[in-house]
Amino acid sequence: MKILVCMKHVPDMESKFKISTDGRWYDDGDLAWRINEYDEYAVEQAVRLKEQLGDSDITVLSIGPERVKEAMKKALAMGCDRGVHVVDDRPSDRDAMAIATIIAAFARGRNFDCIFTGMQSQDRGSGQVGLLVGEMLGLPAVSTIVDFSCIGEHNYTIKRELEGGVRAVVEVRGPALFTCQLGLNTPRYPTLPNIMKAKKKELLTVPVAELAGGGNLQDTVRLFFPEKKGGGMLLEGEVPQLADKLIAILKEKTTVLA
Amino acid sequence: MNMLLVAEYRQGKVLGNFHELLAFAAQLQGQPSLFVVGDVNAPPAFPGRVYIADVTTYKEYDPSSHKKLLLEAVRREQAEMVVFAHSSYGWDLAPRLAMALGAAQISEVTAVIDGDCVVPACNSKLRRRVKSLSAITVVTLQSGAFSAQAAQTGTPAVIPLEIDEAGPYTFKGYEIATAGGVDLGKAAVIVSAGRGIGKPENVALVAELAKTLKGEYGASRPVVDAQWVEHHRQVGTTGQTVAPKLYMACGISGAIQHLAGMKKSEFVVAVNTDKDAPIGEIADVMVIADLKQFLPVLTEKLRMV
Ligand SMILES: Cc1cc2nc3c(=O)[nH]c(=O)nc-3n(C[C@H](O)[C@H](O)[C@H](O)COP(=O)(O)OP(=O)(O)OC[C@H]3O[C@@H](n4cnc5c(N)ncnc54)[C@H](O)[C@@H]3O)c2cc1C
Repeated sequence: MKILVCMKHVPDMESKFKISTDGRWYDDGDLAWRINEYDEYAVEQAVRLKEQLGDSDITVLSIGPERVKEAMKKALAMGCDRGVHVVDDRPSDRDAMAIATIIAAFARGRNFDCIFTGMQSQDRGSGQVGLLVGEMLGLPAVSTIVDFSCIGEHNYTIKRELEGGVRAVVEVRGPALFTCQLGLNTPRYPTLPNIMKAKKKELLTVPVAELAGGGNLQDTVRLFFPEKKGGGMLLEGEVPQLADKLIAILKEKTTVLA
Repeated sequence: MNMLLVAEYRQGKVLGNFHELLAFAAQLQGQPSLFVVGDVNAPPAFPGRVYIADVTTYKEYDPSSHKKLLLEAVRREQAEMVVFAHSSYGWDLAPRLAMALGAAQISEVTAVIDGDCVVPACNSKLRRRVKSLSAITVVTLQSGAFSAQAAQTGTPAVIPLEIDEAGPYTFKGYEIATAGGVDLGKAAVIVSAGRGIGKPENVALVAELAKTLKGEYGASRPVVDAQWVEHHRQVGTTGQTVAPKLYMACGISGAIQHLAGMKKSEFVVAVNTDKDAPIGEIADVMVIADLKQFLPVLTEKLRMV
């Protein structure tokens, strides 16, 4: 089976963000980068599917500048067979439709049986790219999956997560695409031998111009910090004093210590 | 502007969240009509046009037929905007429709400024103002961002929809999580552990504090996904909704899906190392500290109160 995983490199969300000089995205200097959380589940599910079926081949694709190679190396160490780095210095200038167009252009004609993406990225959070790729390739696509089983070669039973603890059970036949939700599985840590092996795996480079097409359908006017709601109190300082202050506040403002 | 609002139908009922879509339409001074795949004989009360397709034919989940039905309604209504809730139904269907219409889709809208939509970025730490460049725009609205309009009255003008379709999806039904042992809803105090606790052993710090405050402990989703805490203690859209007298969020960043489950709490204390964590937007008190140091000291001092 031929499997494709799509992965995005995103900043650690605990980073201190600064708005870029053009005001339309964050400044990407001084940030710690990692695999988009949702995509780690996608990588893990792809590797598990390969382990189940044997005789499979996993390509992991990521669009971005040079640094995304770091993320791809981790995915290779987790068990993907080959990386495809689509080199694009400013992927944040593209909207979801433009990013999906690039991925679909790569996938078209390569006959992937199963495609995994994260359900959304942690930074842009549109939750569109995977489903758009499915539409562009004419594949059935199931989003927000929290349970995946492959029966035989091409029959899938999927659980989609809905609100409030409800799941929808859906069956599809491959080739198909799935967008992965948090908690779908437990992503593995790459072991040292696998990290070493990953260094020898193929990492192809494709200039984005070979795959991109069409413009954006939407435009970011600006990125900004939300206004802080008034009234909230910020306590800083040494731990014992902080605890005393908080206890005093709880006594004054709540009835829980009464 | 003609706006088509997509209502959701689950387990035999039209969900109430379309009233939030109506509030959004009113804010944009649009002319709303409704679309639902539901019970043709029981349309929702609404003083306008309602496009209905029969749920027994098209099922509660079948994105391929629902998309085609929607396309038909968009065409007949000459809609310039299609509005969904940003829900498991909305975010699944919206991109498929946007693709078919060649439309921009703007996800998880929280506000409107001068006709542009505002959406969250970077786990709600930032906001992004977005302009659509296409003739038709598809939007999904963050749950709770637009206060629901009052229940509608009036008899709708029902327009039945039908298409020929045998799509690739087979919807087998629902699975409902079995209720767990703890009903967080009854606790006056809830102390919740987030990913900031770092390792499973630190759940004890949160549990101890909760016990000292005669409350229960809860958790954010990553802590539950990692199986450090049982699922019935999860707070948020996919867990429990709580409103205790005191909610303490320890090492929780404050993602919208977590806030949805606890923002009605009377008093919120956040303990976080990151001053910019979005939990600060709703916390009454934000303690900037490492919870591993702060929680044991606080628990100890509370025991002496
Ligand atoms: C459809 C959907 C449904 C979801 N449903 C839910 C839900 O029901 N409930 C839910 O909680 N989430 C839900 N999520 C996930 C949600 O988006 C967030 O990913 C999640 O809430 C983040 O959890 P967290 O705040 O614990 O972790 P993080 O976002 O990783 O935040 C950790 C925080 O801990 C702080 N921290 C780190 N170390 C320390 C320390 N030593 N001391 C103090 N603070 C520290 C950091 O500064 C950070 O703010 C859902 C997501 C989706 C897409």
